[in-house]
Amino acid sequence: MNPSTDTLTTPDRQADHRTDSEAPKAQVATRAERRNPGASKGRSRLLLGLYLLFILLPIYWLLNMSFQTNSEILGTLSFWPQNFTFDNYAKIFTDPTWYMGYVNSIGYVLMNMLISIAVALPAAYAFSRYRFIGDKHLFFWLLTNLMAPPAVFLLPYFQLYYSVGLFDTHVAVALAHCLFNIPLAVWILEGFMSSVPKEVDETAYIDGYSFPAFFVKIFIPMIRSGIGVTLFFLFMFSWVELLLARTLTATNAQPIASIMTRTSTASGIDWGTLAAAGVLTIIPGIVVVYFVRNHIAKGFALGRT
Amino acid sequence: MNKVQNNRAWFLILPMLLLVAFSAIIPLMTVVNYSVQDVFDPNTRFFTGTEWFVAMLNDPALQSALLRQFAFSFTILAIQVPLGIGIALLMPKQGWRASLVLILVTLPLLIPWNVVGSIWQIFTRGDIGLMGWGLRELGYGYNITRNPVDAWATIILMDVWHWTPLIALLCYSGLRSIPEAYYQAARIDRASRWAVFRYIQLPKLTNVLVIGVLLRFMHSFMIYAEPFVLTGGGPGSSTTFLSQSLAIMAIAQFDVGPSAAFSLIYFLIILLVCWVFYTAIMNLQKDKR
Amino acid sequence: MSWMVWTLPTAVFFSTIAAMLAGMTAWEVISPSVERKGFLPIATTRGDRLFIGLLSAAYIHLAVIGFTSLSIWLALAVSVAWLLILMRWG
Repeated sequence: MNPSTDTLTTPDRQADHRTDSEAPKAQVATRAERRNPGASKGRSRLLLGLYLLFILLPIYWLLNMSFQTNSEILGTLSFWPQNFTFDNYAKIFTDPTWYMGYVNSIGYVLMNMLISIAVALPAAYAFSRYRFIGDKHLFFWLLTNLMAPPAVFLLPYFQLYYSVGLFDTHVAVALAHCLFNIPLAVWILEGFMSSVPKEVDETAYIDGYSFPAFFVKIFIPMIRSGIGVTLFFLFMFSWVELLLARTLTATNAQPIASIMTRTSTASGIDWGTLAAAGVLTIIPGIVVVYFVRNHIAKGFALGRT
Repeated sequence: MNKVQNNRAWFLILPMLLLVAFSAIIPLMTVVNYSVQDVFDPNTRFFTGTEWFVAMLNDPALQSALLRQFAFSFTILAIQVPLGIGIALLMPKQGWRASLVLILVTLPLLIPWNVVGSIWQIFTRGDIGLMGWGLRELGYGYNITRNPVDAWATIILMDVWHWTPLIALLCYSGLRSIPEAYYQAARIDRASRWAVFRYIQLPKLTNVLVIGVLLRFMHSFMIYAEPFVLTGGGPGSSTTFLSQSLAIMAIAQFDVGPSAAFSLIYFLIILLVCWVFYTAIMNLQKDKR
Repeated sequence: MSWMVWTLPTAVFFSTIAAMLAGMTAWEVISPSVERKGFLPIATTRGDRLFIGLLSAAYIHLAVIGFTSLSIWLALAVSVAWLLILMRWG
């Protein structure tokens, strides 16, 4: 997008001003800043701090509870663990029926990321570079899949994967998550690819590159950050989904999210273990977001800013 | 960008198309088939025609679930969009502080949806939860299993906690793409803070906001795991939304025919809304060029 | 395939949709569509008009079978007429 085509053509006016004189810094402050210098910055920090507190408080409470014994949780309301204990975590890491849940979840998420990115890369390239019959309608159809509620597909999925013998395997969940992850990947990648000028492609073809060679050696490295962000989103949406993952698995590929339901038994809920398991599901997300923190903002706008 | 007309591009699309079609078209066809029959097993089934559709369209429980769904979706949009814009304006632009805030704000988006439910269940319980306990200490008889108003307020608060970051991050990325020169010009013109927002920042945000509203609206329409864990749809059916009604029908009661008919109605609503938004986005982008 | 529980009406329905898509593709190859503005508030191509027609046909059917006791064939007739009007003047 070219800024000069926008309704506001302020940069031109700004250029005029600059030729007049270099305005002193104090004079160019906005009205609000001049009225109470410094105060507006302090207030915005305070508001942001309050919001971050709102985000962190429920998570802190979960963390707090994961280090307490069940008797302490139910006995007294303590703002931090009185008898600090790792028992809840130890229980998860020593019991294979628990920790295999994490392995299963990570397994199908990785598989889904691999499948989605592999088929989405060429498709996104086609959408960003060519016009072809039905392109707009195809793109819209993809988006509707992104929007389709998984609940609509529960029963047929169960039947479909049962009939092809994939029920209770990691592949089944990975393929099912393709329903919304491939459209998402195409959407994001198309945005990033469209911001690469077409002259790059043309120059490469003139230099004698074939399409596959150009794509792998030149094009993919150019949109590296876009691919990283896309992978982050694929991870995110596959990791947080529960309904399909739970429906398509029984014991062998059961995701951690559905194993967690075991903490509620006839004798009450095992709060400590539930909290510890919850904390452990947050950690992979933090690790992944750390790697893409510098590109994530652009990714959220699907590469279109 | 000027695109080249080339129908061979279909070959690049093909692998993706086959995979998505496998996950989308075959199940959709099956849903259509289910919706016109009473299925006991593949060999014992009866053709019912439009019967299920008539029943579903006139089912008061589903009609109220649909109304609740719309009420919920519009409420959270009305809260999350202004709040998200506000947060985006407050977020620091650079340095380690920006990275830290970015990671913290993204955090709720990366938590599995049922764990979000569990977090809020723990947080809001009257006996062990900070918020539930706190409200009771302040003298408010907070109880989400008894009082529908409390249950609604809690679910909306949970959704605001969970999804406002998406709007905030979208807007943040939109704001970052505004050249610094615009702000300098505004300073020289002595534009007020409001004028800067109205004439510089908001126009840049419309594009990302339409995407954000679209995503939020659609995701709020498929909300399932969080209320399922937090309130179980109760008290009564006051927080039972569309997806949960459908899942109960399809999985718990195994009413294949009616739930398929309901799925199709649900899908048509989504399709219409999706199309309206998509056309709006496309026309916006066309106007910009 | 037996788990998909096909019936004749649904098979006819999907075949019709598939035939329409194939027909539209062939038509597009022979004479490419030009975007134009009819009585609809937005400029549309042939494919857009077909989609709008089909979507509104679905809603017409739902309205007729859900809230009236009229025959479904009437809904079909209205939908086909509406689709043709859209394709020609939309």
